[in-house]
Amino acid sequence: MSIEKYKIVEGQVKVTYELALGRTWSHFYDCFKEGKIMGTRCRKCSRVLVPPRSFCPRCFEDMDEWVEVSDEGIIETWVYVNMPFFAQETKIPFISAQIRLDGCDSGFTHIVGGVDMSDLDKVRAAVKLGGRVKAVWSREKKGSIRDIEYFEPVK
Amino acid sequence: MGKSVAIIGTGQTRHGRRQDVCYPDLVKEAVEAALEDAGITLKDVDGVVLGTMPSMMEGVSSTHFYFAEAMGSVGKPVLKVETCGSTGQSIGHCGFFWASSGMADIVLVVGSEKMSEGDGQATMNTVFDPFFQRTFAAGAPGVFTMQSMEWMYRFKIPEDKGREAAAMISVSNHDNAMDNPHAHIRTRVTMDDVKNARIITYPVRLLDVCPASDGACAVIFASGDKAKKICKKPAWVKGIGFRGEEFFYGESDKAIWMSATEAAKEAYSQAGIKDPLKELDVAEVYNPFTYQEMIFYECFGFCPRGKAPDYVLKGTFKKGGRLPCGPSGGTLCTNPIGATGLIRMAEAALQVTGKAGARQVEGAKLALSHAMGGVDQFNGVTILGSEQ
Repeated sequence: MSIEKYKIVEGQVKVTYELALGRTWSHFYDCFKEGKIMGTRCRKCSRVLVPPRSFCPRCFEDMDEWVEVSDEGIIETWVYVNMPFFAQETKIPFISAQIRLDGCDSGFTHIVGGVDMSDLDKVRAAVKLGGRVKAVWSREKKGSIRDIEYFEPVK
Repeated sequence: MGKSVAIIGTGQTRHGRRQDVCYPDLVKEAVEAALEDAGITLKDVDGVVLGTMPSMMEGVSSTHFYFAEAMGSVGKPVLKVETCGSTGQSIGHCGFFWASSGMADIVLVVGSEKMSEGDGQATMNTVFDPFFQRTFAAGAPGVFTMQSMEWMYRFKIPEDKGREAAAMISVSNHDNAMDNPHAHIRTRVTMDDVKNARIITYPVRLLDVCPASDGACAVIFASGDKAKKICKKPAWVKGIGFRGEEFFYGESDKAIWMSATEAAKEAYSQAGIKDPLKELDVAEVYNPFTYQEMIFYECFGFCPRGKAPDYVLKGTFKKGGRLPCGPSGGTLCTNPIGATGLIRMAEAALQVTGKAGARQVEGAKLALSHAMGGVDQFNGVTILGSEQ
């Protein structure tokens, strides 16, 4: 049996989902739309988490106390992304980061902007691990993660 | 631990872009090789365990139906276990549990993936939640790179030193893959090649990152009594550990990485290992990213926290070093994800039974194998030894 070229069939599976945010995350985005970042506090270990949780992943206790955290914090870690990925609306290059918001006990994933992205040295001069950043809110908020355009280094 | 269990045979496909075989035929290639290695037939197999990445990877839902016959599972009990990148360790553990429980004498464990047919990073990127993190996640490279940056920052590792050590890891894995006939990427690279490769997610460059591979691996587990009867040189399961942590990246400390640390600690305690650097002869660490491999070294107690680059630079983990890591070329040169963690286990078994060919670490008696899954969320470790 000799085969010149192995056959390939192109296929696609396209499905539309309706993804429910539920009680806790719906409330988070209602507040987000008003320019407030809300976390929940664990009854037992007192940690405040953003994204908020309905229960503490470590203690398995309810987290039903809402706490407003700051829209300013420090960069715990960052990455300069130079490759496009599926389902990623953000255009490359961009800087993804973990931001420890003041008053919160977890890192919040967002992007760092307002930085000259034309070369890496400029990026590295502006974006520092442990450096302070503040949210730049969108003018038109829709109740999604994009209501914050980006976090900007505090000068 | 339950009753003792050993690995009596392993089989791997030639990994890479395999358009010459459809998915079931790929799986059969590994299964046949493992049966031959163990010197048994399908009739001897009491049960089958398999694992893959999510259905999205190949666009066929529940792929185990698609290749059920290729695993010889007609008329046999079948279990599917799936934990993303750590699948290979999870299914190996499951094979161990089954044989150790006394409910089966011989269990066939199969891991597979055909990544060239879809978009691997699309599958990875949809592991992230759709409401908070997916928008900015940048697949596996984004998050593993953030973790590496956090680690370097925490332990004050200079960027140049981290870069140098990561490049050395890439070079030595590529060198090792030349000795492995199953490996996907078999090309030598230089330090300069790595340091000048295209940036994927800074500071991670193309040659710091694993490929997307087609491949399958099969491992046959037997109860201790059976293993002693039918196998001259089994690889004994000395200890297993598996731990998970929180879903959201940012909720746990990834520079210390509890799940990796505790999974190893658990496996060491079962195996009676106190000083892993001294006692282990070889390790197959799940290393899709060079920088991240160094974090694993620290979690597994191969060196103190923050010191992995120093140990790498003095050659501790290279071929001929004190604890050779990834003599197969590792995940960095071959990554059919559902199979990858099981390949680590199969390679460890080959090492402790002296069957690793050109990549054999001379006299290896005790080996660590490992895999990690999800957004840095799960870690599994298995210790194999030449003595019961």
